[in-house]
Amino acid sequence: MLKLENITMAVNDNNGENREIIHGISMEFQPGKLYAVTGPNGGGKTSIAKLIMGIYKHNCGSIYLNDEDISDLNVSERARKGIAYAFQQPPRFKGLRVSDLLQIACPGIDNISLRASLRDVGLCPEDYLDRDVGPGLSGGEIKRVEIAQVLGRDASVSIFDEPEAGVDLWTIQKLIGIIISKFKGNDDLTAIIITHNENVLHICDEIIVVEDGLIKAKGTPEEIWPLIREDVECKMKEQCRGEIVYEI
Amino acid sequence: MKFDQLDMTLLQAIADIKNLPQGALNIRRDGQAVLRQSSPNISITTNPENGGLIVDIKAGTKNETVHVPVILTQSGFKDKVYNKFIVGEDADVTIIAGCGIHNDSHADSSHDGIHEVIVKKGARMKYIEKHYGEGSGKGKRILNPTTIIRVESGATAEMEMSQIKGVDDTLRSTVAYIKEKGNLKVVERLLTHDSQIAESDIEVHIEGGGGVAQILSRSVAQDNSTQVFKAALYGENECSGHVECDAIIMDGAKIRAVPQLVAENAEAILTHEAAIGKIAGEQLIKLMSLGLSEQEAINTILEGFLR
Repeated sequence: MLKLENITMAVNDNNGENREIIHGISMEFQPGKLYAVTGPNGGGKTSIAKLIMGIYKHNCGSIYLNDEDISDLNVSERARKGIAYAFQQPPRFKGLRVSDLLQIACPGIDNISLRASLRDVGLCPEDYLDRDVGPGLSGGEIKRVEIAQVLGRDASVSIFDEPEAGVDLWTIQKLIGIIISKFKGNDDLTAIIITHNENVLHICDEIIVVEDGLIKAKGTPEEIWPLIREDVECKMKEQCRGEIVYEI
Repeated sequence: MKFDQLDMTLLQAIADIKNLPQGALNIRRDGQAVLRQSSPNISITTNPENGGLIVDIKAGTKNETVHVPVILTQSGFKDKVYNKFIVGEDADVTIIAGCGIHNDSHADSSHDGIHEVIVKKGARMKYIEKHYGEGSGKGKRILNPTTIIRVESGATAEMEMSQIKGVDDTLRSTVAYIKEKGNLKVVERLLTHDSQIAESDIEVHIEGGGGVAQILSRSVAQDNSTQVFKAALYGENECSGHVECDAIIMDGAKIRAVPQLVAENAEAILTHEAAIGKIAGEQLIKLMSLGLSEQEAINTILEGFLR
């Protein structure tokens, strides 16, 4: 089980002042469950994911994985403990091939599984394995390679940061199918998906709404979806008045 | 001819030689040709004028490889050699050159290799040259390669030149002349570390109409090393050319990149890109999120970059 306890995080803003962006949140993610984290842009969803992965450091509170305090572990150590993170905007590499990244992500992976992992995300292995993860790949292709790495890691906690962004509808549907078959009812694995996609929200066991660095609501899709829909309508009106933009 | 472990280590590093290859071959050790064999299509002889090699590849020769590695194992040895390669018309061959120095002494060891390459009409040639140095002595390991290449009409040449590691001082000079519809691609990969100094000076003249040239440089400068990369592209006819210099700078290193474009014809299309920067933090984090330590992530990025 992954547990965040009273987590606070502050960053330096453009004026060099310390600004708190996550305000003492607590969350629990149980094995065998699929979680969606949603909410407006800039609300803190990606920051929470990066806090869990160790990319960002929290100022107060603790993070536990299976009752072990991992707050002081760095990114590599958390990865080895069983946390995986699919970046919203994965970086490009000059000279590193798709096959290189998959082999780093999944040490000892055999050739058949390597190819299958690419097919799962809608990429033909023959066309992609030897290609550089560089400027020659589109944003959507890089995103799919990123998702393939995390799916292949079999980590106890897998975090997908907006997997739908830049990916075509057909692939999203396929990804939803893969996520359901891999994580739904698997008592060893936890999946956390940061998403704005209605189809993804509806397959999850629990939805957590994060806004302004706070947990605004959490519950089943049946409980949360009506609340989100109202909120969206409200935000849309604000947007019309030139105020906050809420994208979903 | 027997080669000891030291020889084989150097040969493997510069020419991927684990077992002596079939086909045309000349291995030069400490200034002497210690093993030479020609093939039916590739003759290797001594140039009576300067004692260097003449590698003559028959017209139409296909899919053959010639190895001409040089190794220096004698402490403080200074070697200089002039080699000439003639790739016959419509041939399609690979030339594997390279030099490895082992120096355990306090005296400098150096190799100046001067290569003239003529790729005749319609031929295709790939030229691979790796440089490597090792040894515990304070004496420098110095490599100064000079390459003059002439790409005749309709010919294609690709040159991959790499400095793997351990070379303290290098001045690389490459000059190319491209005739009508000739095509040349020069790929240079350079790693410097400690207080090493490397300068690469590439000058390509596209003389013939329809000529194409690409100069691509990838380099990594670590510790307190210094690199200077100069690439001048002369478009003397209707042609196209591109220079790209991409460098990773680390620690207290210094890099200077000087791309130069000279168009002497209104139909010449010449472009250049140059980028110098440290390893991107997001790349490190990404690889660390896959379980690599920070040092493993750095090594993986550098290995890929210089591949």
